[in-house]
Amino acid sequence: MATDSNYYVPEESRLPVLAAMALGLMALGAGLLLNDGGNSILLVGAALLVVVMYIWFRTVIRENMAGMNSDQLKRSYVWGMSWFIFSEVMFFAVFFGALFYIRTLALPWLGGEGDKSDMIHLVWPEFTAQWPLMETPAQAAGSNEFVGPDQNLSFPGWDKLMGWLPLWNTIVLLTSSVTCHFAHHAMKHDDRKKFNIWLGVTVALGIIFLVLQYEEYHHAYTKMGLTLESGIYGSTFFMLTGFHGFHVTMGTFMLLIQLIRGLKGHFSSDDQFGFEASSWYWHFVDVVWVGLFLFVYVLA
Amino acid sequence: MAHGPAKGIGRWLFATNHKDIGTMYLWFSFAMFLLGGTFAMIIRAELFAPGMQLVKPEFFNQMTTMHGLVMVFGAIMPSFVGLANWMIPLQIGAPDMALPRMNNLSFWILPFGFALLASTLFMEGGAPNFGWTFYAPLSTTYAPDTVNFFIFGVHIIGASSIMGSINIIATVLNLRAPGMTMMKLPLFVWTWLITAFLLVAVMPVLAGVVTMMLMDINFGTSFFDAAGGGDPVLFQHIFWFFGHPEVYIIILPAFGVVSAIIPTFSRKPLFGYSSMVYATSAIAFLSFIVWAHHMFTTGMPIAGELYFMYATMLIAVPTGVKVFNWITTMFRGSLSFETPMLFAIAFVILFTFGGFTGLMLAVAPADIQYHDSYFVVGHFHYVMVAGAVFSMTAGIYYWLPKWCGKMYDETMGKLQFWIAFIGFNIAFIPQHFLGLAGMPRRYADYALQFSDWNMVSSIGAFMYGAAQLLFLYNVIRTIVAGEPTSEEKTWEGAEGLEWTLPTPAPFHTFSTPPEVK
Repeated sequence: MATDSNYYVPEESRLPVLAAMALGLMALGAGLLLNDGGNSILLVGAALLVVVMYIWFRTVIRENMAGMNSDQLKRSYVWGMSWFIFSEVMFFAVFFGALFYIRTLALPWLGGEGDKSDMIHLVWPEFTAQWPLMETPAQAAGSNEFVGPDQNLSFPGWDKLMGWLPLWNTIVLLTSSVTCHFAHHAMKHDDRKKFNIWLGVTVALGIIFLVLQYEEYHHAYTKMGLTLESGIYGSTFFMLTGFHGFHVTMGTFMLLIQLIRGLKGHFSSDDQFGFEASSWYWHFVDVVWVGLFLFVYVLA
Repeated sequence: MAHGPAKGIGRWLFATNHKDIGTMYLWFSFAMFLLGGTFAMIIRAELFAPGMQLVKPEFFNQMTTMHGLVMVFGAIMPSFVGLANWMIPLQIGAPDMALPRMNNLSFWILPFGFALLASTLFMEGGAPNFGWTFYAPLSTTYAPDTVNFFIFGVHIIGASSIMGSINIIATVLNLRAPGMTMMKLPLFVWTWLITAFLLVAVMPVLAGVVTMMLMDINFGTSFFDAAGGGDPVLFQHIFWFFGHPEVYIIILPAFGVVSAIIPTFSRKPLFGYSSMVYATSAIAFLSFIVWAHHMFTTGMPIAGELYFMYATMLIAVPTGVKVFNWITTMFRGSLSFETPMLFAIAFVILFTFGGFTGLMLAVAPADIQYHDSYFVVGHFHYVMVAGAVFSMTAGIYYWLPKWCGKMYDETMGKLQFWIAFIGFNIAFIPQHFLGLAGMPRRYADYALQFSDWNMVSSIGAFMYGAAQLLFLYNVIRTIVAGEPTSEEKTWEGAEGLEWTLPTPAPFHTFSTPPEVK
């Protein structure tokens, strides 16, 4: 505590500069890994980051439990988390934007629509635009640089609805958002037991989602010929669902930490920000999935 | 105060104090400014005469790329973050930034990120050579192997920017002194709040586009490859969706600095405060819907060209409001021309000039002629250098006495101003002529008819470069041997909370919030 009781300014901290070093090592290590330099630096950086983040979050939690956080500082944390989620929204917006641009503009143009069709036709005379893109322009021109998928993951028709994994994924994730809300509601009423149960269910549903997603990827790679390399359909499909899956992993992990904290007796009806922040993140991930379900799976 | 700064290197490595972190940002950005300036000097030396004299064309390409990247991401952006760190808490009556430890993290990422980026100069294959806009497929199919370091460097630098911006937003929204309502905020705080919003909105877009590059290069996706159904023009759309707000990210805080300085030396309140706030917000909004004016030659449908042309011209309206307000503030003021004011007035004149050439470039049919020519280079250096850098320089001279309790030498400051002002114009006015005459940008060599103006431009650039060394000398001399001053109000016409504090500003300020009436 460096100042009087009106404000809390933390003392000097060794954590941030170590975190920066960890990120620097990871950036260097990831570059070296892709340029055939081995992966040890990346791993050292990642390990350092994990250790620093563990200590950092532990410090923040202890400060809060010791009553050092003023209401004002708590509001700062709320703003911080909200704007972080906004930045994540924009990150997903890029990949959605790319998908829309490709589907509604770039591919039809490649297929000969628009006022530049004469020119395009000279370059890709055999190509017809379709979505999902099953035959790439390269294939149409007789090259195997990018080979389209054998099958795609679009809506398979009402008769096959029950065996369609994305539907189950949607049900699992939407349910988890509801159970997460129940957990929040329970903590608001100081019902710790219900909180732990509902949060446990949420974490379990998150893990189920990830298992199903793994199944889908495995199926796509081994049975459907759908990979990152199979043209723009595979590129957009795996990048959108992959980044989403990564965020679900993070979200599940965050909620798991909150569950452990709940079991240890943290939180009360008027202070539960660690959980709330994680739950906002979880609802955000859920909303992204609804977008994915509509634009990547259903309306394809 | 209970605690002063810690001793030794730990003061800087483990800092949570907004003033120390602001100081580090400012020195770091100055170092990057000199590095990027060195690259610029190499470019201008090579272009001094036609033919290849000093460097190989491959290295020339690395210089143009690194000059742009280092100046935009390493010099200008961090310098204004440094200014924000120093001034926002002082101007709103806050004890520090809202999230001091994250503040330290945002800063310390930068040295690691730029060390990574600069180290590519010494790697096999050389540094990135695809221009600071890194268009695919130059940056994907035809990129040097070091592109992966560039991509991961951009990732962590972007993370730094996002954290810095979140911190600024939280500080402004949450740590204002009692009575400091939003419409009483100094304009520098307002412009930074809007800038921070823009940063949080578009830095993830930049992260997304470099991630797509990464996937295309290493993992066989086809975002930017028509053979797989993608589109290289998609890259440009995403890049400029980031890139256009980015130029306002650079210029809005500069507006804020000038809006503080002009009233001080006119001894009049800022004319049209609320219209300034609304104009800034309007510019920020418009910045999201004009990006494809950078892409008039990509074969967009005519409807798109028309839309982006007219939307772009709309930006002239709020910008005109601002210029009008600055001039009206000076009108019938009791003006004096200290160094900060000279830079601020030069900013208004030269930025307006750069704005007008921007309007010329916004005319879609004419842009096809100017596109990728030296006219564009001249245009954006008028807004980036005479805009952002002049304003930054003005801000440093303006607040330096408050920071260190020493007064700079007015004669030396004015000398720097005139060398910088004359050198800048000699360097960049001819580039407009060169561009209109057809000289393309980014080339290591040129046709003989462009020789004279290139030589003039290079001489101006060397002058401008020399002025920066003088700037460095002036700043260091002020800190080491400047005339001590303890006046709270360094400038008699200055208004604002920062001028109610002792000079030099103590390590901790506003531990108890001031009452703003």
